[in-house]
Amino acid sequence: MWRFIGIRLLQAIPVILVVITVTFFLVRMAPGGPFDSEKPVTREVKAALEAQYKLDLPLYQQYFSYLGDLAHGDLGPSFKYSGRSVNELIAAGFPVTAELGLYALLVALGIGCLAGIAAALRPNTPQDYIPMSAAMIGICMPSFLLGPLLVLVFGIYLDWLPVSGWGDIPGDKILPSLTLGSAYAAYIARLSRAGMLEVLNQDYIRTARAKGLPQWQVVLKHSLRGGMIPVVAFLGPAFAGLLAGSFVVETIFQIPGLGRFYVQAAFNRDYTMILGTTVFLSVLIVLFNLLSDILAAWMNPRLRAQYGK
Amino acid sequence: MSLLEVQNLEVSFVTRNGTNKAVDGISFSVDTGKITAIIGESGSGKSVACYSLLGLVPRPPGRIDGGRALFEGRDLLQLEERQLREIRGRDIAMIFQDPMTCLNPYMTIGKQLMEPLRYHRKVSREAARARALELLEEVGIRDPASTIDNFPHQFSGGMRQRVMIAMALINEPKLLIADEPTTALDVTIQAQILKLIAELQHKRDIGVIFISHDLAVVADIADTIVVMKQGKVVETGDRAAIFQHARDPYTKKLLAAIPTDSKPPQALQPEPLITVRNLCTWFDQGRGSEPVKAVNDVSFDIHRGEVLGLVGESGSGKSTIGRSILRLVPVTSGNVNFDGTDLTALQGRELKQMRRRMQMIFQDPFASLNPRMTVYDTLAEPLLLHRIENRKTVGQAVLKLMDDVGLARAFVRKYPHEFSGGQRQRIAIGRALATRPEFVVADEPVSALDVTIQAQILDLMQALGREYGLTMLFVSHDLAVVRHLADRIMVLYHGEVVEQGSGEELFTHPQQAYTRQLLQSIPGRSLLA
Repeated sequence: MWRFIGIRLLQAIPVILVVITVTFFLVRMAPGGPFDSEKPVTREVKAALEAQYKLDLPLYQQYFSYLGDLAHGDLGPSFKYSGRSVNELIAAGFPVTAELGLYALLVALGIGCLAGIAAALRPNTPQDYIPMSAAMIGICMPSFLLGPLLVLVFGIYLDWLPVSGWGDIPGDKILPSLTLGSAYAAYIARLSRAGMLEVLNQDYIRTARAKGLPQWQVVLKHSLRGGMIPVVAFLGPAFAGLLAGSFVVETIFQIPGLGRFYVQAAFNRDYTMILGTTVFLSVLIVLFNLLSDILAAWMNPRLRAQYGK
Repeated sequence: MSLLEVQNLEVSFVTRNGTNKAVDGISFSVDTGKITAIIGESGSGKSVACYSLLGLVPRPPGRIDGGRALFEGRDLLQLEERQLREIRGRDIAMIFQDPMTCLNPYMTIGKQLMEPLRYHRKVSREAARARALELLEEVGIRDPASTIDNFPHQFSGGMRQRVMIAMALINEPKLLIADEPTTALDVTIQAQILKLIAELQHKRDIGVIFISHDLAVVADIADTIVVMKQGKVVETGDRAAIFQHARDPYTKKLLAAIPTDSKPPQALQPEPLITVRNLCTWFDQGRGSEPVKAVNDVSFDIHRGEVLGLVGESGSGKSTIGRSILRLVPVTSGNVNFDGTDLTALQGRELKQMRRRMQMIFQDPFASLNPRMTVYDTLAEPLLLHRIENRKTVGQAVLKLMDDVGLARAFVRKYPHEFSGGQRQRIAIGRALATRPEFVVADEPVSALDVTIQAQILDLMQALGREYGLTMLFVSHDLAVVRHLADRIMVLYHGEVVEQGSGEELFTHPQQAYTRQLLQSIPGRSLLA
């Protein structure tokens, strides 16, 4: 098991190096720089600023200098928020984004699994068509449309829930979590329906019925584990996607999370901030994928035995 | 009064293409302490009939149209789902065909065994576990105390079927329904399981319904035999009556399908087509562990026009030998000489050239045909790949092949799923023969098929072998089938040849204990004598 984890972590290093390199040079290829603004500064001031942030060095030296800092865990100073380091900005924004992502994931799992299992139990009946059509709509509807819609209905017409903010008014976390989670709920519904349908057609389910077990025991004890493996394997990429994709929701609901910093950094050509967030997120994505792979393998006794060696 | 009395049972399936009558008014009975065998080929409705008794036929599409099934005075067909559940697994238990897929791979066998006991009798966990251990011991699982918490994949097929039997018996049912319980198993394991079922039935004095496609399997154990065809019972009688005085032509056909003869000897050419010398095929198990010696130092010749039978149980290396000759698995050491060329030394284009002259027929006609290719595509592909035909002439060649393997020309645009198992095996044979090979490896080509279909395919292979002048390596676990088809038989055990000779020699004077064991495992060998 540890061998398997070790190998996967080692494999992640070149992946992350490629991500850093590609991002580093792509960002530099974009026209403009962090200190270009509508009101031009004098050449001397700009040169001084560039010298301060090592922007006057040749590109390859900047690249290796960045890698050197990164090796010490230092993501560098932000170009836009002077006096604050990228590490500090991520530390400030990430907990909010992580919390939002976690709630959204719970929403996605709860709605998605229930809908998928319900659909799989009676395939090709209204109990299947209705949740699956809803899932299709959920996948098709972008969050910048669903978010304002939810705000309109629950925030303004019904006046049940606050329409923006994070942790200021009770209940203000509900709408953003719903908005962010719904697309993933739809994916999970489809995955769990397919997984459950496959398991429910297995011979061992017939064995369970032949034992005289009631339907709920057949579903819960015999089908759920096998049927949920595809969902578990999807959790890693899903959580990573939630973190990286939260900026739209954070913008709609005025949430001070990492996503907003990330987008603003791109507009501001805040080189270190863009790189820092990208590196941070890619490390998280690798870790979450690994985690969900381990979990999925552990749920399957056959694979567990293989990795256990 | 009988334990179970089925009268005029009718079951149909309602599909988009209309209603399909699967069981058409059948009647039979099972007595306490007796084994009733229901025999018929796939699609004859034998399984559906038994599943419908316990409400295990999914409804829809299934529908019970009529009849009665009296079990201890109650009509099973009239019971509510809740009442049926009370009976399922407690009074009537089932074992199924494929022990590989019928146990839940995510649960330990102990949990699965205890489940019916815990659910129906509400016994404590400790008591259930103790009972499970007793039963595992009784069905012949070695050292149950240390294996009860293992998962199904840690057991062999035969052992899993023993676990299934223990699970079915744990509530001491009055009736056991066994649906082809030995069809997926090797002959030797089949013999053991049949013996076990007969012993347990006798000891407990319970009624058993034994479903099978093969009359030979039940020849030694059945008290009453019910023969089904297309949803109807064609003949019912006790064992002696069916085997000695069968009246119905279909029953006679089933009896005739049991291979009982050996191939008459024929003169062989002196020059072998294939010589195999000291062949070893080992599979690496990763660092630090011993390699699996699937084939270990095997040498033999196959003469032109000869059919060499290769017999052994699963894991004996018999399939690996066939694959090694065709270079489908890497050979560890040794030589394979084909018509003067050392196959083990060939690479790339030369190998492709040789492949044209050697083909393979696989066991499972459901898995070995590409489901997205029509029969036409499947048969035309090798012809075009090896440039035997061009785009203009390939159509005629495909139709000729279809004639040869006995498929109607009208089927040429159909996909594999539209065919029965026997028809699919005909397609697979056609594909193998498309390149006009000199040598064919047939890897258990009939073991996935019903007996009657098996007999047809064997006849076809024999006829085509003569017509095409084929040399064949025929791999099978079934000695009776091999004897029927092969000129010479090699018995394989743990990757090594233990005995060889003509079918007649092996059957009358087996030299090795293992060969004798194989011979004793042949179902219904009383029929062969």
